[in-house]
Amino acid sequence: MTTIKLKKGYDLMLKGGIADPEIRPAVASSDFAVIPDDFQGIVPRMEKKEGERVSAGEPLYHDKTCERIKVTSPVTGIVKEVRRGERRKIEAIVIVPDGKETPMQRDPKGAVLDLLLDSGLWAMLRQRPYDIVPDPEVRPRDIVVTAFDSAPLAPQLSLVLGDKAQYLAAGVAALQSLTDGDVHVCCRPGEQLDLGSALTYEVSGPHPAGNAGVQLANIKPVNKGEVVWTLDVTTLARIGELVTTGMVSYDTVVAVTGECAAEPHYQRATMGCRIDSLLGDSESENCRIISGNVLTGHRVAADGYLRAPYYQLTLIPEVAVPDEFMGWAALSPKRFSIYRDFTSWLAGKREVSMDARIKGGERAIVRLDEYDRMLPMDIYGEFLIKAIITRDIDKMEKLGVYEIAPEDFALAEYADTSKLELQRIVREGLDWLHAEMC
Amino acid sequence: MNALRKFMNKIKPQFQPGGRLAKLQSVYDGMETFLFTPNDTSRSGVHIHDGNDLKRTMITVVVALLPALFFGMYNVGYQHFLAIGQPEVGFWSMFLFGLLAMLPVIVVSYAVGLGIEFIAAQIHHKEIQEGFLVTGILIPLIVPINTPLWMTAVATAFAVIFAKEVFGGTGMNIFNVALVTRAFLFFAYPSRMSGDAAFVKVDSALGFGGGTAVDGFTGATPLGQIATYAGDGSSAPILNNVVGTPLSQCDAFTGLIAGSPGETSMIAILIGAAILLITGIASWRVMCSVFAGGLAMAALVHAMPSATYAASLLDPCTQLCYGGFAFAAVFMATDPVTGARTRIGQYIYGFMIGVIAILIRVYNSGYPEGAMLAVLLMNAFAPLIDHCVISFNIKRRLRRAK
Repeated sequence: MTTIKLKKGYDLMLKGGIADPEIRPAVASSDFAVIPDDFQGIVPRMEKKEGERVSAGEPLYHDKTCERIKVTSPVTGIVKEVRRGERRKIEAIVIVPDGKETPMQRDPKGAVLDLLLDSGLWAMLRQRPYDIVPDPEVRPRDIVVTAFDSAPLAPQLSLVLGDKAQYLAAGVAALQSLTDGDVHVCCRPGEQLDLGSALTYEVSGPHPAGNAGVQLANIKPVNKGEVVWTLDVTTLARIGELVTTGMVSYDTVVAVTGECAAEPHYQRATMGCRIDSLLGDSESENCRIISGNVLTGHRVAADGYLRAPYYQLTLIPEVAVPDEFMGWAALSPKRFSIYRDFTSWLAGKREVSMDARIKGGERAIVRLDEYDRMLPMDIYGEFLIKAIITRDIDKMEKLGVYEIAPEDFALAEYADTSKLELQRIVREGLDWLHAEMC
Repeated sequence: MNALRKFMNKIKPQFQPGGRLAKLQSVYDGMETFLFTPNDTSRSGVHIHDGNDLKRTMITVVVALLPALFFGMYNVGYQHFLAIGQPEVGFWSMFLFGLLAMLPVIVVSYAVGLGIEFIAAQIHHKEIQEGFLVTGILIPLIVPINTPLWMTAVATAFAVIFAKEVFGGTGMNIFNVALVTRAFLFFAYPSRMSGDAAFVKVDSALGFGGGTAVDGFTGATPLGQIATYAGDGSSAPILNNVVGTPLSQCDAFTGLIAGSPGETSMIAILIGAAILLITGIASWRVMCSVFAGGLAMAALVHAMPSATYAASLLDPCTQLCYGGFAFAAVFMATDPVTGARTRIGQYIYGFMIGVIAILIRVYNSGYPEGAMLAVLLMNAFAPLIDHCVISFNIKRRLRRAK
């Protein structure tokens, strides 16, 4: 057990945390969906057409270039709709369950690589560089598993795991066979998990300490030409279950959190379920529903679907104070800012209410140190962002573009006085770089 | 506020493309975002944003400048009434005189600068940016009070256009805009920028407080007096106020000496520094290293006193109280846009400003004051400093890969 102490970052304390760790039973969902955007780097080619029947765990589509990478259905049912957007891009594949439970059973003794690829769990892995679904032809240098989520209002992953924690050691053993390096697992201090042969770390410090990329950067950073896989502990447990029982579990526990949630709670659910099956009594009027956390999550409608990483839903007000008069001049400590030119710091650390307003216009980068203080990596964030914006490959490489993912800049994007869309900038930059380098 | 909101909504269509006042769209948007925090919510990336924005940041800097501004007004009046032989007039008369003397400069500076910003914003169809809020108040504080308004206007226009807009506006400039204004004045109209006639307003301000200078009046600043020092160097030069009474160190610290309006008072500047440091807007690394560099260099030159370079006769602490050194350290060097942006770079950048400021002041008899020039010079070197600091990070990354 090695200790990693991170200082940079910030723990945003939002209203709407879960007080009662009791997990409520699942509410039936009328339909389910797989969202291809959740699997960065895969260009979908459908294997199932609309109207065809699909079993839980059966492939729905595969990657255009690498057919071995498959994405599977979380439920048994009929493919109701392949929803397409601009330029026929697939936005969602909707499946209506038919009530029969015939999940795909695979031979757990098979080759781990093929098991992962066929079962669709592969698509839940990510690789550095580029933060995309890994290429099965490349053996990773190491594999990093994050066992906690440090984002605002994020659930305790040990609660999400529940009794699936028993499969973690098997998952570690399976991953160990896929790398010549090590499987690193990062936990919060004091957490006890049975992780078999994995190297374990105790990571303390504020968000983004829970990001696998941040942990990786503080264990052994990725260099040019190297590939490291990252995943979270829930995926690790699923892998363990797959290699033990031959079945993939699509069950999950979702933390319904946020100020607008009627009663923040944990609830059992299935991946890709409808959002309204999770909302309970929560009002969705003037409220933003986010699948995921407030920093990296996706905005969804009440009739939308639960998206990766399938364990959190956050509800925040869309506009808490419409037409706020001269908000920039506010002296009230209620207007929260992590900077001390507002007075909120005088009121001490407390749970705060935040809405979705941007609260300012987009500007050039002016204030010092805004990105670096939120990025616990040996990287000059601001200069890297500038290199990405200017598409300067040489500088991007030199400044460490292979080590980052959009989520690592999420907190900096929150804190940015100049209101730049950093995650979008990084995502587009990584995609562009990936295309250039191939 | 509802009525105001309704009014803004009512006039909005006229400013939209096709409306009668479409050419003023940027101005309208600027006013609207000034009055009401936009209701825009995030579309990509994070769903919550910090309450801070550039408006708040810039306004906080303006607030930090207010002590220097108000003291400057008082001191302009104080020097005036001292010069015309009425040192007994009350505080408010002095303040009123200074207010009337400085108001036109502030109005000209904002009118010219913001006017150009508005036009540039409209041409590029961008939002009006807030950078000039600070620059516009800095200019009256660093320009000698007797500078004709048209000169201020020309210099401001030059600086905003050629030091800022051509680079892309707020956040893109290489040189500090206020300092370019000052430098432009300094090199274009040198006779009006130093010497006896620049720093003390003797004639009336907008018709208030007229008079004639008393016998023996000299408007030279302490550093100006040092530049013309003719002693043998055996003791520190005796510095006088405008009517020939010797100045104490206390006068220099409180700021009741001749000089540009904003830069005389250490107390007012230190209050501003406290505001900037507590709010975290200015980099303490830069600010402290400017003072460290200045002290180190002042101590060095003081160790080698010479009558030829009379400023070397001043002890280091006195050295920092005079002239624009403190003002430059607190408000100019800490401009994040034009300074070094890496942490280590900030130390080097600040330290070099302090060193060069004293170097110019002491050893270049052409320039009695060097703080502003030192900042401008280091503005040019800031990207190089950052480049060097970052190259260590790059080398570390390359070494790691082996």
